[in-house]
Amino acid sequence: MSALLAVEIPYWGQSLLRVLGGIVAVLLPAGTIVYLFLFKMMSFMQSRLGPMEAGPFGSMQLFAEVGKWLQKEDIVPAEADARIYKLAPIIVLLSTFLLVVVVPFGPDAYFVDFSAGVFYALAIGSVSVIGILVAGWSSANKYSLLGGLRAAGQLIAYELPMVLAVVGVVIQAGSMNLQDIVVAQNSGSIFGWDGVGFPFVLTQFVGFLVFMIAVQAELTQVPFDMPIAESELVSGYMTEYSGFRFLIFFIGEFATAGVFAFIASVLFLGGWGVPFSWFGWEGLDDVDNWMNIGGPLIMFTKMLVLTGIIMWVRFSYPRFREDQLQRFAWKVLIPISLANIALTAIVKVAV
Amino acid sequence: MSLFLRDYLNVVWFGLAAIVLASLLLGIAAAIRPSRPNAQKLIAYESGVDPVGMGWSQSQVRYYVFALLFVIFDVEAVFIFPWAASIERYGAFGLVVMLLFIFLLLDGLFYAWKRGLLRWV
Repeated sequence: MSALLAVEIPYWGQSLLRVLGGIVAVLLPAGTIVYLFLFKMMSFMQSRLGPMEAGPFGSMQLFAEVGKWLQKEDIVPAEADARIYKLAPIIVLLSTFLLVVVVPFGPDAYFVDFSAGVFYALAIGSVSVIGILVAGWSSANKYSLLGGLRAAGQLIAYELPMVLAVVGVVIQAGSMNLQDIVVAQNSGSIFGWDGVGFPFVLTQFVGFLVFMIAVQAELTQVPFDMPIAESELVSGYMTEYSGFRFLIFFIGEFATAGVFAFIASVLFLGGWGVPFSWFGWEGLDDVDNWMNIGGPLIMFTKMLVLTGIIMWVRFSYPRFREDQLQRFAWKVLIPISLANIALTAIVKVAV
Repeated sequence: MSLFLRDYLNVVWFGLAAIVLASLLLGIAAAIRPSRPNAQKLIAYESGVDPVGMGWSQSQVRYYVFALLFVIFDVEAVFIFPWAASIERYGAFGLVVMLLFIFLLLDGLFYAWKRGLLRWV
């Protein structure tokens, strides 16, 4: 980040800037997803207009909602384990913030450039399970407990296909660093033609599909929304939550959707980069400085496309049953992704 | 402090930022929201029916087997990733060894499948 700015900033200043950037990178996608897809796209798909009153086309609705939730009474059930009950939404938000650290938005516009970024992302991605399980347990409500247990079972089952789907990308890029993966995709060529670089979605399409399905399940979006199935469990692990604590769960859900879409676009769609051949760049060091501004915009666009697909599926499909859900993960996705690893490795070594 | 640890210090700052942000918003909410608890309101919500027994009632945990399998496969992933990142260095030998490893694990999965452990009863 220091290469972008001419002036020297002390360490605390850099950290503050990073953290502020992180807050934007978490909240901006969440707000956009909620307004664009949850308010508007869902409404149009259901033949209604959605919010129209606050601001032009209801675009200020988000702020109105936050104002509304701020005024709601915060009820902690008498039976609940109050301290842990209050902690749970913060854990969920925390996992989102820790996850966004790893995403690169440009040649110098990254928060932290881990050499094993893929590892970090996959490890931190499952921290939110703890928050959900804690929320379900501490509510002292049978629905919450069932929802929390279902969520834990589901997240465990879909964590594996997600991890294994990424191995194919790591094999192709030859690195676990997300920056290297972006460069490998944009500086590559398809049989000598380098017009679009070489996004891994072309060769890792199976991996991409498995990854997106797993993301859908990790986010407990609709075909996989057994943990919060409202017709059976009221609202699952969130049943007892009200007021702003509920809103934090809600923000966490959509912020995590945005961050997972960021990670998916880095791994499979070329991340922040444009094909390097367009501007005659050789590697990461040649990339012009304006990509630090352009990169985040490209990432944001890709994120919107991917979350658009996630939401589209969410609004279109009925819910899986619990046994179907587990069967799908263990008997279909895991064998497929293992076969994908084997095939990718064989081709990579043979060629 | 080494560069490696400095990277992870940033992670700590992000974690603190999340906690501070959440506490700040919850603090604002606490300042302006009403608080009128009564006994009825504080009962666990179970679709309007008064809850019977404890909320922490025993329920059947069906997926302890899945949890065990998960640990096994996650450890497998830990072994696969370093190999995947430097696949060209290990070449054909590494490939054969790793395919054997993956095959053994797949065999384990099929064994569990055959035993009916993957069935949701």
